Amino acid sequence: MKVIVPVKRVPDTAGEKVIDESSLTVDRDSVESVLCPVNEFAIEEAVRLKESQDAEVTVLLVGPESAQSVVRKALSYGLDAGLQITDDAIAGSDALGTARVIAKALEAAGDWDLVIFGNQSTDARTCLVPAAVAELLGVPSLTYARHLEVEDGKVTVHREHEEGWDVVESSLPAIVSVVEAINEPRYPSFKGIMAAKSKPLDVKSLGDLGVEPEEVGANGAAATMYAFEPRPPKEAGTVVEDDGSGAAAAQLADWLVEKKFA
Amino acid sequence: MSELLVLIDHSEAAPRKLSLQMLSAAAGLADDAGANVSAVWLGPGAADAASTLGAHGATKVYHWDSEDAYGYVTLPQVEALEAALEAADTDTVFFASTNHVKDVASRLAIRADGGVITDVTGLKVEDGRFVATKEVFGGDKITTSKVADGKLQLLGIASNAFPAEESGGGDPELVALDVELSDAAKAATVVSVEKVGTSDRPDIAEAAIVVAGGRGLGNEDGFQLMEQLADVLGAGVGASRAATDAGWYPHRYQIGQTGRTISPTLYLGSGISGAIQHRAGMQTSQNIVAINKDAEAPIFQIADFGVVGDLYDVVPKLIEELETRKG
Ligand SMILES: Cc1cc2nc3c(=O)[nH]c(=O)nc-3n(C[C@H](O)[C@H](O)[C@H](O)COP(=O)(O)OP(=O)(O)OC[C@H]3O[C@@H](n4cnc5c(N)ncnc54)[C@H](O)[C@@H]3O)c2cc1C
Ligand SMILES: Nc1ncnc2c1ncn2[C@@H]1O[C@H](COP(=O)(O)O)[C@@H](O)[C@H]1O
Repeated sequence: MKVIVPVKRVPDTAGEKVIDESSLTVDRDSVESVLCPVNEFAIEEAVRLKESQDAEVTVLLVGPESAQSVVRKALSYGLDAGLQITDDAIAGSDALGTARVIAKALEAAGDWDLVIFGNQSTDARTCLVPAAVAELLGVPSLTYARHLEVEDGKVTVHREHEEGWDVVESSLPAIVSVVEAINEPRYPSFKGIMAAKSKPLDVKSLGDLGVEPEEVGANGAAATMYAFEPRPPKEAGTVVEDDGSGAAAAQLADWLVEKKFA
Repeated sequence: MSELLVLIDHSEAAPRKLSLQMLSAAAGLADDAGANVSAVWLGPGAADAASTLGAHGATKVYHWDSEDAYGYVTLPQVEALEAALEAADTDTVFFASTNHVKDVASRLAIRADGGVITDVTGLKVEDGRFVATKEVFGGDKITTSKVADGKLQLLGIASNAFPAEESGGGDPELVALDVELSDAAKAATVVSVEKVGTSDRPDIAEAAIVVAGGRGLGNEDGFQLMEQLADVLGAGVGASRAATDAGWYPHRYQIGQTGRTISPTLYLGSGISGAIQHRAGMQTSQNIVAINKDAEAPIFQIADFGVVGDLYDVVPKLIEELETRKG
């Protein structure tokens, strides 16, 4: 079985984000970049499929050359090969533009059975990419999986929602996305980290995939952002200390009543 | 007259609160857009809900009564919406910016040459097109965006960003959609629907008040206390990742960067430190209350009202106080 795991490089959530005024994007050099943490759950599922059914797993990343360390990081979990799509024309793509590039890369990669996405990326958080890729390729999208099984050419997923989950299934090939409830990712082993350095890593451009530059990037974006502002600061609130007498609880209750919450 | 389509998200025959908020937002913008508001209802129940939809501004309801809307994954809704786009005179669809519905918008955007903006919290019309604001990086920054001219505008509306108001409209016209599902739409099937531990409490994304518990609860039983407090306030119950990871409360109630984003009028957190990943899911709440025994906990930096104290002292007394005030 062949599995592909698309991963994204994102700015570390804990880092202060500086906006680059000229491109209206986050200045990537000002903040540490990491493998999107949600993708670790997808990688762990892929590793389990390697263990249970000898799956061959490729990591796919769309992003600039400097994101190569993130591909290596993903490989260090024990995955087999990397594919990176790098092209200046990709900069400024919206979710649908990114999806177009991923879909073309998957088409070029050919005979895969399953693609495992994270349900969202921690920076954009749109959740749009997996379904858009599935639509472009004409395959089912079984997203928000909190449980995943692959058997006899069929994939079964527990699709999380507000009230529980739906059990859904389809034949392969299919696209899934996973939520963090699905597993507990293990850390890469020392052996895995060393081996990642010499795993095959293919770098392709848009031209290699037959994507026209104007279909993607800022110019091809179907949704464009044109202003980016900090949120106005919040005024400091009231803080009371509880001395065990219950007075603080009464003060809070007063406040809640005054604000008409109770 | 052109139409603004609003895809109604509903639980069986009842429209969710967000759907009424979307209709009201659309009704408020209809004049500026020179359009009428039309609802789209997929699955049985449109006729029963029609008067509620009308009262919130819909003048027309496109509906598809088939159970097939639930039997397969995402594509039935996409194909029914394609039929609605065919029947209506429109370039705009409002949809609920929630996980499963975002998939519908994403696939529809590819089929119908659209652009998608998710998590919209503010809207206006300029030169006949929508300008949307949304909060990113957990509410630290606000961005303004537009869908490119000529493309279908797919606007995902965030919960509680717009008030649900009755504008006094009469019963809307019902228009049945003619939907013929493709084979592709039937490729992924829903085998069963598992509802687990459902309660009468409101869903955390919809709730006006959310009570949240974290590692400071110390154990699973602490959530019974959270539920008691929630029930006095008519609130939903959420949790930090430390609490869901420990198995004290289900993952779907997790608030934060990798959980759900909530924007209630009141968030009341107990035993939660306020890590950046947690704040990313609740920072835009209108009022924030924190109960934590550590005065240095970061949650106090964003709290409108903070109590420094042991939650096991404060919360039971708070419940008592609220109950006496209720009379
Ligand atoms: C990639 C990634 C994604 C994440 N996503 C999320 C997410 O979606 N949601 C989320 O919540 N977290 C998320 N986290 C985890 C986050 O970083 C924090 O670890 C987590 O939010 C901590 O939960 P907590 O506040 O309950 O626990 P702690 O940080 O341990 O805080 C517990 C608090 O309880 C207080 N306390 C203890 N006992 C009492 C008592 N008796 N009375 C009153 N106060 C008491 C303590 O003073 C402390 O402040 C994520 C982390 C990563 C790396
Ligand atoms: N640039 C990218 N390269 C590879 N995969 C990506 C990229 N952007 C998003 N993804 C994948 O799509 C998922 C959902 O991201 P998003 O739609 O941005 O919330 C992520 O978890 C990744 O698996």
